[in-house]
Amino acid sequence: MPALTRNKKKGAKPQTPPTKQVTKSKTPPSKPQISTLKKGAKSLKKPPLKKQKKEVVEEAPLEDDEVSDDASIDAESEELDESDDGEKGSNGLFYNDDEEENEDDDDDEMTLGDDFLEGSGDEDDEDEEEEEEEGPSDVDSDSDSDGDDLVRKSDAIDRKLAKEKEDADAEQQETNKQDETEHDAFRLPTEEELEEEARGPPDLPLLKTRIEDLVRALKNFKALRPTGARRKDCVEQLKADLGSYYGYNSFLIGTLIEMFPPGELMELIEAFEKQRPTSIRTNTLKTRRRDLADVLLNRGVNLDPLSKWSKVGLVVYDSQVPIGATPEYLAGYYMLQGASSLLPVMALAPRENERIVDVAAAPGGKTTYIAALMKNTGLIYANEMKVPRLKSLTANLHRMGVTNTIVCNYDGRELPKVLGQNTVDRVLLDAPCSGTGVISKDESVKITKTADEIKKFAHLQKQLILAAIDMVDANSKTGGYIVYSTCSLMVAENEAVIDYALKKRDVKLVTCGLDFGRKGFIRYREHRFQLSLDKTRRFYPHVHNMDGFFVAKLKKMSNMKQSSEEDDEAGETVEQAEVSDDDDDDDEAGETVELAEVSDDDEAEAIEELEKPEEAIEELEKPKEAKENKEEERLAKSKKKKKSKKRKKSTSNVEEPPKVRKQKKKRSEWKKEIAQAREEKRIAMREKAKEKQ
Amino acid sequence: MRPLDETETTVVFEKLFKFVGNNLKKIVENPSDEGPESTPGSYCFRLQKNRVYYVSEALVKRATNISRKNLVSLGTCIGKYTHAGSFHLTIMSLNILAANAKHKVWLKPTSEMSFLYGNHVLKGGLGRITDSIVPGDGVVVFSMSDVPLGFGIAAKSTQDCRKLDPNGIVVLHQADIGEYLRDEDEL
Repeated sequence: MPALTRNKKKGAKPQTPPTKQVTKSKTPPSKPQISTLKKGAKSLKKPPLKKQKKEVVEEAPLEDDEVSDDASIDAESEELDESDDGEKGSNGLFYNDDEEENEDDDDDEMTLGDDFLEGSGDEDDEDEEEEEEEGPSDVDSDSDSDGDDLVRKSDAIDRKLAKEKEDADAEQQETNKQDETEHDAFRLPTEEELEEEARGPPDLPLLKTRIEDLVRALKNFKALRPTGARRKDCVEQLKADLGSYYGYNSFLIGTLIEMFPPGELMELIEAFEKQRPTSIRTNTLKTRRRDLADVLLNRGVNLDPLSKWSKVGLVVYDSQVPIGATPEYLAGYYMLQGASSLLPVMALAPRENERIVDVAAAPGGKTTYIAALMKNTGLIYANEMKVPRLKSLTANLHRMGVTNTIVCNYDGRELPKVLGQNTVDRVLLDAPCSGTGVISKDESVKITKTADEIKKFAHLQKQLILAAIDMVDANSKTGGYIVYSTCSLMVAENEAVIDYALKKRDVKLVTCGLDFGRKGFIRYREHRFQLSLDKTRRFYPHVHNMDGFFVAKLKKMSNMKQSSEEDDEAGETVEQAEVSDDDDDDDEAGETVELAEVSDDDEAEAIEELEKPEEAIEELEKPKEAKENKEEERLAKSKKKKKSKKRKKSTSNVEEPPKVRKQKKKRSEWKKEIAQAREEKRIAMREKAKEKQ
Repeated sequence: MRPLDETETTVVFEKLFKFVGNNLKKIVENPSDEGPESTPGSYCFRLQKNRVYYVSEALVKRATNISRKNLVSLGTCIGKYTHAGSFHLTIMSLNILAANAKHKVWLKPTSEMSFLYGNHVLKGGLGRITDSIVPGDGVVVFSMSDVPLGFGIAAKSTQDCRKLDPNGIVVLHQADIGEYLRDEDEL
């Protein structure tokens, strides 16, 4: 019998635990008969559960099906109980030993087990706890519970051991608690406390410690979370505290929190509080870096080469004379210039005899660097929109001995009209921006910049970058490059602008030629940019010890502007998606579905009529169109006119319509849905047409 | 932007001649590297909003599509017409003057800064001086390390300078590179 049951048991046991409990509660009527057996099973099993849990499976089969079922449940729940209760360990040990002896011979063990098991003290407790109905059988078992002295002795020893263990556990827990309380010394302030704080002037030391605590907690939120606080609450509190401690407005600090993990955020904010080292750029038109360094050293200026990536930069540690007013400075031997503003020019890599446009040139640091790299050959259009800044631009150009520039005063967006499209080799667009990367230079950025302002800048930047791209000649022998840079950290002003340009013009990103700096974001919150955006470079004050900066280098592939209609749609979706993703997308989708249906009919016609001569088609189209559309699309008539024009073009070129359709499908998933809808509609239309015929 | 007419040309050339003498010919005929063409062009003088520019012809050609109102500067500005109608060389012409100067003085390091603040050159600050200067000649002022600092008009001849007392004026100040800082707005 045992052998049989064992097999059954093995099959059943692992799967059934949850259902067993149900059966257990249903089975009480049969209990009196099996009670003894059952107890045996339980107590047999307990020991292995406690000390040798893995053997449970092998022990279990000893019982009848029903019994073993029940027992196994009990055993499982006991496992939990026992591990908590030290007292019950005694039986465990005892039976454990017993078991080890008999492990090999299951049959024997079973009989033995039955005898012994009748009276195990702890079994009663457990039964009482778990199955009240078993009460009567418990009484029996109690009387049996006093066994040999051995049992008692081992009992005592077990208790002792268990108690020791318990003590140790308790101690451990206590120390753990202490650790926790050390970390957990802070909690989020209640609303009342916050109100209280708001009344008085900010308590800076308190804020500082709270910021530190919050940052530490956020770094490892699982372990160190303040009791009862959600992560969101912590972030909100951190935002408020950082705002009031460092004087940021809520928008800016919110964006920074979104961009950086808490630890890095603190580094960044601290870096914004410090000045960046003063750096100067040697004017290679007039002198060499070594000569300049010698002269300045003699004047008591303590300086060093900037870093290995620049051959013209020097960093100034301290100086006995004002570094911006030495005779050498006035003679144009060097330019005071942040290290970060060398980067876009290095990325631009101008060559001699090229035509170059600097769209936003003042105060001329980058322009003079370009001229120096070109050795005063070629031609630079230095444009600046703001009249007051023109003075410093021309002064700097003359001081540095630059002779190859034409300084003009236009809005950058008008430049393609003025200078002509596709006429220059390279364009440097150091776009006007919010300046969130140069907070250490200009603290007012902390308070003045708002989401609206960022949006305005982003809009201007998008216009400017398109204008910049339009000026470049893709067929230029040496050039065809656009470098876009800002001193902002905002994604909306950087990656989003480049992404927009990639969609609107036939350009691609190329590596900047700068072997350091962080890669640009490909994914940022709700934005998903093109993968090539990892070729752009970001520079941070806390990482690279220069102002926050962004550089991207584009190569213009062809002078073609992408087909206008597709383009406009793309542009709209991009812009709107930035404002709020879901809603606008839906609307957009709705609109385009309409449009697509209209155009689809046209295309279908076009395909049908492809075999006919082109001239004939044009004549035929108008009446046909009128017939078909009267029923459905009176509203869409104005749209249709445009489309019909487009169709004429497409009919003239046999291969175009399918191409266009493919592109649309690629764009995103809802386009696919539209395509399906079209297909259905097309079929319907054809059927209609047949019927008519 | 337009070429200089005859009277203007004579005025400008006379001024330049004071400083560079016969090197004026070199200035006018100097081949220019500017412009996208690889073959060197030549320089010319252009008047734009009361200012005279010394600029490569290649640049002039390409500046034509920029409207007069929006064209701020091109090439090198060498001087301006004042309201009274006289022509002044400005500090921006220093590069051209220094490269072709006929008469030069070198200042001691101690008096460099004094000159850069707009003071005249005194005998005490004089380090070196070229020969054969006559009063009224244009003189380019250098530091002892040959950094051009400005220019002015000789007040004394070279011979007279030798006997002059240390506070005597040698060169009357006309322009110095300190103006880039002091008068950036008026350049």
